[in-house]
Amino acid sequence: MTMNRTTVWSRSGVVLCLFWLWATPTLQAQSTLEKDLQLEIELENRFFFKEGLHPGQERNYLSLGIQPELGLEWKNGDRRIQVSLFFRWDQQDNRRTHFDIRELYYQQVNDKWEWSIGFKKIFWGVTESAHLVDIINQTDQPEGFDGEQKLGQPMFQASLLTNKGTFDFFYLPYTPRRQFPGSAGRFRFPQEIERNDVSVDSDLKSWYPSFALRWSHYFGPVDVGVSNFYGVGREPLFKVDNQQVTAVYPIINQTGVDLQLTSGPMLWKFEGIYRYADFQDFTAMAVGLEYTFSNVAASGLDIGLLGEYLFDSRDDQALSNLNNDVFLGVRLAFNDTQSSELLAGTAIDLDGKGIFISAEGSRRIGDNWKMSLESRIFSGIEEDQLAFFFREDSFLLLKLSKFF
Amino acid sequence: MKYFAIIVFSISTILANAQNGSDHGLEIANNADLADNGFESSEVKLKMILRNKQGQESTRLLETKTLELVEDGDKSLIVFNSPRDVKGTATLTFTHKQGSDDQWLYLPAVNRVKRISSDNKSGPFMGSEFAYEDLSSQEIEKYSYRFVKNEQYEGHNCAVVAQDPVDPKSGYTKRLVWYNLDEDYRLEKIEFYDRKDVLLKTLTYSDYQLYLGKHWRAGTFQMVNHQTDKQTTLIFEDYAFKTGLNAEDFSQNSLKRAGR
Repeated sequence: MTMNRTTVWSRSGVVLCLFWLWATPTLQAQSTLEKDLQLEIELENRFFFKEGLHPGQERNYLSLGIQPELGLEWKNGDRRIQVSLFFRWDQQDNRRTHFDIRELYYQQVNDKWEWSIGFKKIFWGVTESAHLVDIINQTDQPEGFDGEQKLGQPMFQASLLTNKGTFDFFYLPYTPRRQFPGSAGRFRFPQEIERNDVSVDSDLKSWYPSFALRWSHYFGPVDVGVSNFYGVGREPLFKVDNQQVTAVYPIINQTGVDLQLTSGPMLWKFEGIYRYADFQDFTAMAVGLEYTFSNVAASGLDIGLLGEYLFDSRDDQALSNLNNDVFLGVRLAFNDTQSSELLAGTAIDLDGKGIFISAEGSRRIGDNWKMSLESRIFSGIEEDQLAFFFREDSFLLLKLSKFF
Repeated sequence: MKYFAIIVFSISTILANAQNGSDHGLEIANNADLADNGFESSEVKLKMILRNKQGQESTRLLETKTLELVEDGDKSLIVFNSPRDVKGTATLTFTHKQGSDDQWLYLPAVNRVKRISSDNKSGPFMGSEFAYEDLSSQEIEKYSYRFVKNEQYEGHNCAVVAQDPVDPKSGYTKRLVWYNLDEDYRLEKIEFYDRKDVLLKTLTYSDYQLYLGKHWRAGTFQMVNHQTDKQTTLIFEDYAFKTGLNAEDFSQNSLKRAGR
């Protein structure tokens, strides 16, 4: 845990304590305090098919994850304190061994208003192969190359429900920086990047405040969201010169639109962003569809077909590597007692600069166990692609989770 | 000519009977709907016990909230509490009398709300013997009705009404529904006939209790699949009515809050 993380913890802690003091009398007055405690422990092994490009990298990465959660609720759920912590231990990569406060917030609901203060996770968007619009939380990079896992973000959030849609306002006082793999870790550049060496393009560093606004609504079959974010970019801007990688978090303004049309078994999806920074401005979009054949031959099986096109005007500098790509996928949900499911897909670079294949499946065992499989495969990645550094990092992950 | 007259007469009698059957069937369904009008909102805890052919059981726990609407279909919120790996998953459904329902799913692991297709009527709900359409709000407009007969069932005077789903995506050609004429048209039994018109499942209602002097609610639903020999039992606990829920309690924000 870095100094920055400790500081933000203590500062936000003060604010939370004030809320505690104010909330405690209400807490005692209400006899119906509902407590909810749960714990998830997972053991996983990532097996890499090939030797790493860099010395010190291993083939097998055994790892343990622990996620305790506590929810306290009173006034029929109109007041709530939610705590979710995350701890990861990794056998090889000391940077992947990390701790994060995923959630630690107080929330209050007054009719149409919802207020939250503390660490939260917020998700925006509709597409599956890229999450362009989603910008509030920093990526928990060591957790997964796909960036699906996010770090908790300290915030003040106000949400107002109206008959013209939902308006969300966010004040984000601090931006956690990404962690990068250590020398023994996979998915890394030739030289190691220190978390704190990647600076924020401002004297305030991580304390440069960010703000976001979002309006979301639905009209019959259409769900729409329009958002604007101003502040510290969550994505570092990388520059590669002679195999030397330098990076900085720019101050950005990002406007985003997400749209979904649900028409019978077909979902039409669109996400688009325009991001502006001093050194760089670009647009990116993801447009796609998902068609589900449900209860095929009365067997309970649902087969979903996904197709998405991804465009990014940054071309080869796009961090996601999805600058002019097509994603094709299939989702199987067996709807059996064990909730077996499988999602497999491939992203194909239309400029012929590589193919990326991913598959993930899971199945419950008994009532409290779950087995998951995941694989990511890189193939034919060209030299000018950022993912060229990860070309030997195809892997298979096997995970066993126990829920208490 | 005489024969022709007889034939015409017979046909018109059959048609008239069919017409009456349809009217009477609809009348019964309407009476049942009317008898349960005015619960405003309800909340209940639900235990779902899945039993396979070998008798192995697994249990799921859910909580549901319902908001009664008159002009349009009801709104409902379902939260899954177990198995633990899906704990916090929740769905929000706006039933419509005509056209597709609106449905959103909340996935707590990624804090994501997804609008999902409500097209899957016939698929199993959480691996159980209940299809989605068996558990969705029963709006009059979703079926066409035909009165079949009156008969004694478990010591009660019952009317049997055949119901044909309007939606072609339904997994059934028809349902036969037993309405209890002694107890405010509450349901006693439903037989489900698959697309080949073969008996697929039987649902029986038991442990009825009367709430607020007006609303009959069964404490136990027992669904038996005759083709697979699997069974699912639903046990309802802690029913509460007129709990003061309103439209704001059925928003995407409340869906996220209900999950977690």
